Amino acid sequence: MVGVIGYGAYIPRYRIRVEEIAKTWGADAPSYKRGLLLKEKSVPAPDQDTITMSVEASRYAVRRAGIDSARIGAVYVGSESHPYAVKPSGTVLAEALGATPQAHTADFEFACKAGSEGMFVAMGLVQAGLVEYALGVGADTSQGAPGDALEYSASAGAGAFLFGREKILAEVEETDTFMTDTPDFWRREHQFYPEHAGRFTGEPAYFKHTLGAAKGILKKAGATAKDFAFAVFHQPNGKFPLKVGEMLGFTKQQVETGLLSPTLGNTYSGASPIGLTAILDVAKPGDRILMVSYGSGAGSDAFIFRATDLLPKVQNLAPKTRPQLDDNKFYLDYGTYAKFRGKIRKAG
Amino acid sequence: MFSSRYWREIPQRYRMEAAKCSGCGHVSFPPRLICPKCKGRKFEKVRLPDQGKILTYTVIHVPATPFKDEVPFAIAVVELDGGVRITSQVVDCDPSTLTIGQRVRTEFRKLQEIGDAGILCYGYKCVPA
Amino acid sequence: MREVAIVGVGMTRWGELWEKSLRDIYVETALLAMEDAGVDRIDSMIVGCMSSGLFVGQEHLGSVLADSLGAAPVPASRVESACASGGLAVRTGFMEVASGMSDIVLVSGVEKMTDVDGGDATYALGTAADQEYECYHGITFPGLYAMMARAYMHQYGLTREELAAVAVKNHENGSKNPLAQFPMKVTIEQVIGSVMVADPLRILDCSPITDGAAAMILCPLDQAKKISKNSPVKIIGSGHATDSIAYHSREDLTYLEAVAKAAERAYKMAGGGPETIDAVEVHDCFTIAEILAIEALGLVERGKGRTAASSGLTAIGGKIPVNPSGGLKSKGHPVGATGVAQVIELTKQLRGECGDRQVKNARRALAQNMGGSGGSSIVHILEVG
Repeated sequence: MVGVIGYGAYIPRYRIRVEEIAKTWGADAPSYKRGLLLKEKSVPAPDQDTITMSVEASRYAVRRAGIDSARIGAVYVGSESHPYAVKPSGTVLAEALGATPQAHTADFEFACKAGSEGMFVAMGLVQAGLVEYALGVGADTSQGAPGDALEYSASAGAGAFLFGREKILAEVEETDTFMTDTPDFWRREHQFYPEHAGRFTGEPAYFKHTLGAAKGILKKAGATAKDFAFAVFHQPNGKFPLKVGEMLGFTKQQVETGLLSPTLGNTYSGASPIGLTAILDVAKPGDRILMVSYGSGAGSDAFIFRATDLLPKVQNLAPKTRPQLDDNKFYLDYGTYAKFRGKIRKAG
Repeated sequence: MFSSRYWREIPQRYRMEAAKCSGCGHVSFPPRLICPKCKGRKFEKVRLPDQGKILTYTVIHVPATPFKDEVPFAIAVVELDGGVRITSQVVDCDPSTLTIGQRVRTEFRKLQEIGDAGILCYGYKCVPA
Repeated sequence: MREVAIVGVGMTRWGELWEKSLRDIYVETALLAMEDAGVDRIDSMIVGCMSSGLFVGQEHLGSVLADSLGAAPVPASRVESACASGGLAVRTGFMEVASGMSDIVLVSGVEKMTDVDGGDATYALGTAADQEYECYHGITFPGLYAMMARAYMHQYGLTREELAAVAVKNHENGSKNPLAQFPMKVTIEQVIGSVMVADPLRILDCSPITDGAAAMILCPLDQAKKISKNSPVKIIGSGHATDSIAYHSREDLTYLEAVAKAAERAYKMAGGGPETIDAVEVHDCFTIAEILAIEALGLVERGKGRTAASSGLTAIGGKIPVNPSGGLKSKGHPVGATGVAQVIELTKQLRGECGDRQVKNARRALAQNMGGSGGSSIVHILEVG
């Protein structure tokens, strides 16, 4: 048996409201709020990046697992905003945790699916018996070009999952994946902002792959929507995951616990992983959870988890996800936001 | 070259590793080769707690060049639980609301970027607890 | 140990000396000191300089300056103790003469600070703190002293106005010093309304960035009459002490232990404590530093330094005149030169040459020079010869 033995999320404290961005560009804020169900998004402080958020989320995961970090045998960070083009994020993370030197480490990139891919590989290594513990992290400080639709959603956060074979909090019952070559969103080498193919990112991209992976895993598991207490999908906005849930037969109630994007924004590689942490914060023993990620390019990974009796005992050992999202927020004006995100630079 | 100088301090910067004197129990951060209290030479590696309180602080408005984009920022002398003191920025707060005695905890943050193409330097900063 | 006398001093006006190099300002003052003493040869030279490497990209100052002065092949040493480098030069020269190693020693301090911009100057000065555990986190020198000010305010109830009174007094004194960089008078309101540097310290709480040098001639007291026509001023006490480099490691964040220890040693050598001192120059790199220094020197009780300036206690006509030269605040602070200039001011005070800022009947005087945030301090006590 393999499963999650520790989990954690980190969400920066800064926020910007959709209205503040819309005001700057003369855009129609109500339409974004209605159409995409986005109210505000998290913004990383200037001293935060994929590495720093991964460290905090992973420390929470280690704390909930109660293990010695030195026994972690693999560390994978999935992100499309690794601070270095060449030099791993994972080495800093492993060093900060005290997991060096015997830990397999590499950075993953698959747009917003890099985090779940890291989780899958971490889980697989544990299941194969190659390592005792493995860590998979999804984290991003995603960028949207000024005035682009992505600017209203591109946000920051990290979700971290430790996998092991003992003292499991959420058993992995099934996995599946669905992947094709689909150029819906990309960022070329040396480009600062990603580009996307507009409405092509919807039906042939997000929906096709998310539904493909979800249907695949449900079939493998012989399950239907009613067998689950919760479902969490990749959430580039508030609307897509609700719609995809509905298409799969999930109620709003099953989806809303892990649906953070209306006030968090799209944390890219962190999106469905952080949603999963919010579910694990409240899930009860026996609850089944469906998670389906999506990454442009394009593909989806799917997991079915079942919460164990141990989960409630560790939920309070580290900061929970919803309070991080809802409390202790600082709102930015667009100028400060632009400075924080390196869109404008001080002279000299 | 900044790499070696930075790399050497990683255990302290990333994990807050300190040296506890086997003779008198005094904790040195960063670790030392000789205990300043009892002159002992044997130490045990310990990790400092991540919680503490502000003893004094300031808000920097005129920075050294590497910090020019960050002003204004708060920086404090923080006494960690157990008594070891550090100098650390206090972030994720309105600096005008800080007080002496306020509880803080450390978080992992980026401290410096060496130019546009150099290494990124990480370590601890404090946030209100 | 031989008794040591100061028989010549040399200083030019400090400021932003755009047209002059480090060598120029050094040689000018060195020649002035030699002319004042009436000597045409030296046996050795000591120069205090904090960071010519970071400020002008030049190290090896002993050779550079001996060459520039045309004094090679005399032995020439550069000594460094951050902002106390000048005080250390005086002490090193004192020891060289006292020991009998040399008879006529040229002691100087120099710093050329304006060849780098403000941010780089702030960085260079910051190297006097713990580079890896203070500066790495973004602290600056105004920041370190601002933390002392905040801690002192919290402990003793120091007000913003009382702090500003130190700057007001020192600019008042500096207005009577023709060599001061900023001889203008300032008001409490101006200080409190000036630009914030490191809360609660504002620009008028801070000493400036300055180019400058200062030089003096030391010789054995028993040869002073033969060597120079000037009436000698004796160095009767010299104390030097160190403390932890990181401010956060000091047990008491409102007390400068290195100053107290250096003073204790100087008082002992001089054979008299703070009550014997008629005039004082302290290292007021920031307004709070003067308050902390006079407490550590034992001139006022702990916590009483707070009102020393506002009550007039430390004015030129007060009971304990502090910084009659205008201090670092008004006179300027070319870091390596400051400790030498403090001793020059007191030499002139003891010679009775200070005009409008003369402390009446000064017989014995004390100079306190600080390194960094208090990681080192040097105290000298002078007496009419």
